[in-house]
Amino acid sequence: MAMTPLLDGPGIISPACGPLLKLGAPLSFWGGVDPATGRIIQVRHPECGRSIAGVVLALPATIGSSSSAAVLLELIRNGNAPAALLLVEPDAILLIGCVVAKEMGWPAPPAFQITAEAQAALTPGIYSFAADGSFTKTDT
Amino acid sequence: MSLALTLEDRALLNGEGGEAAALAMRVLVETARLMGAEKLIPIASAHIDGALYHGDAGTLFAEKLVAGGAKVAVRSTLNVGALDLHCGAKTRLPAHEHAMAKRMMLAYEAMGCEASWTCAPYQAGHRPSLGSDVAWGESNAVAFCNSVLGARTNRYGDYLDICCAITARAPSYGLHIPKNRLARFALDCSGLSAELRDSEVFWPVIGTLYGQKAGNDVGVVLGLENYATEDRLKAFGAAAASAGAVGLFHILGVTPEAPDMKTVAGGDHALPVIPVTPAMLGSARAGLSTSTEAKIDAVAIGSPHCSVEELLALDGLIAGRRLAVPFYACTGRHAVKALEAAGRRAAIEAAGVTLVADTCIVVTPILSAISGVLMTNSGKFAHYAPGNTGYGVQYGALKDCVESAVSGRLMRDERLWQ
Repeated sequence: MAMTPLLDGPGIISPACGPLLKLGAPLSFWGGVDPATGRIIQVRHPECGRSIAGVVLALPATIGSSSSAAVLLELIRNGNAPAALLLVEPDAILLIGCVVAKEMGWPAPPAFQITAEAQAALTPGIYSFAADGSFTKTDT
Repeated sequence: MSLALTLEDRALLNGEGGEAAALAMRVLVETARLMGAEKLIPIASAHIDGALYHGDAGTLFAEKLVAGGAKVAVRSTLNVGALDLHCGAKTRLPAHEHAMAKRMMLAYEAMGCEASWTCAPYQAGHRPSLGSDVAWGESNAVAFCNSVLGARTNRYGDYLDICCAITARAPSYGLHIPKNRLARFALDCSGLSAELRDSEVFWPVIGTLYGQKAGNDVGVVLGLENYATEDRLKAFGAAAASAGAVGLFHILGVTPEAPDMKTVAGGDHALPVIPVTPAMLGSARAGLSTSTEAKIDAVAIGSPHCSVEELLALDGLIAGRRLAVPFYACTGRHAVKALEAAGRRAAIEAAGVTLVADTCIVVTPILSAISGVLMTNSGKFAHYAPGNTGYGVQYGALKDCVESAVSGRLMRDERLWQ
């Protein structure tokens, strides 16, 4: 099984590896994630308190603020970005963070498109993604 | 379909408009490919959300654009920054962050953006015409621009907004395309009491409910024909865009693309209708408050930024009394100047209101402590304050906010909701 890469070119980290964090609700990065640490701070979010730094982040949807790209860009520069983003639909607001990071010369995490069903079926483990979206999983 | 670029697009991409314009075009082209756009379209204006400091990365990007000779090619207003450069409200930003936030604001002004510094640019004279394509950022401004003005924009996130402004272009996808603007569901409020629908405090709550139901879908709200005002629509859109990925909403008989069901739905087919019950509304309203305490430590209003009418309403409700807890009214320079012209700025400040211009209490640390209970009449503040400020929230009407600020205890009129 492979997922569809949404970003390509030099500047996108490959391979990308990290433990899966599957969010139980949509998340706005701005107002939802601390840009300094990567911790989820939206108190109404089921994963509030968890960190998205270094994880393979499966997002059911992104919502809310148009500043989410800015938060992702800060996380990329300060080393607390997710290892990879798994999205059901391409999201221009969030992924601009990766696009701009490439322009700034800061290595950015890859993003892959995955169906909602396939995302729901993902099981915990360490995932490692190649640039083409193929991946391997190690159980933890 | 793949992206087709014009000769002019390619010239910009090849650096003929300068280094920064080429960078901006690369960002636009990558976004266009990502979103499946077939072309880039000209835009009439931009509203830039990217000048708010979240960390040094954003400042460095803005300064890279300036160094590359970036100038905006269309009218571009600025959303809030992290500092109040107009009324001088103090932030608790440490020295380094303060300096970087100011550098960021100056970089955006250096690119030719207007120093509007407001999240309600549509009340500061920036009102694009019906049917025009624009590139706006800031979720509430996007919702208002699409829904109330009928101009066409996607939810342009930070950094794409300035790239659109520099190139005077936007990727053609989403809400720029008329068929994507049609309603696909209806939320029916006609079963609710007229008194409730005609109250200010109702609009952020129904907006929140709409956002929760809509996600990123487009819907039409029924039963509000006689109750909408510009400030109520502003409050609805801000709450909706906080609770969901809402870029466009319609209100039947009110917003310009919803004169009747056939027009808003794009045909005679029936839309799925969600009837709004008092219980649904009660649940949305309860979700806006996170605190159960009776003590109030601060009050904040103005997300989106208060209009001068809202500031004058505040003045009227205070009625010469002195407020017992800190009260922040977030607004834009345009409204502060209008308040001065009305001769009421000194009176509001003497009562204990801190006017915050250019920024607001959830985007930069202005509140005097890092925890406590904040009361607000804003659905958007209620949504974001707990995460961004550490405060618990109590949601209520503007009148409730003023009475609570006078007494220091939660005073909330529940009669409307019973």
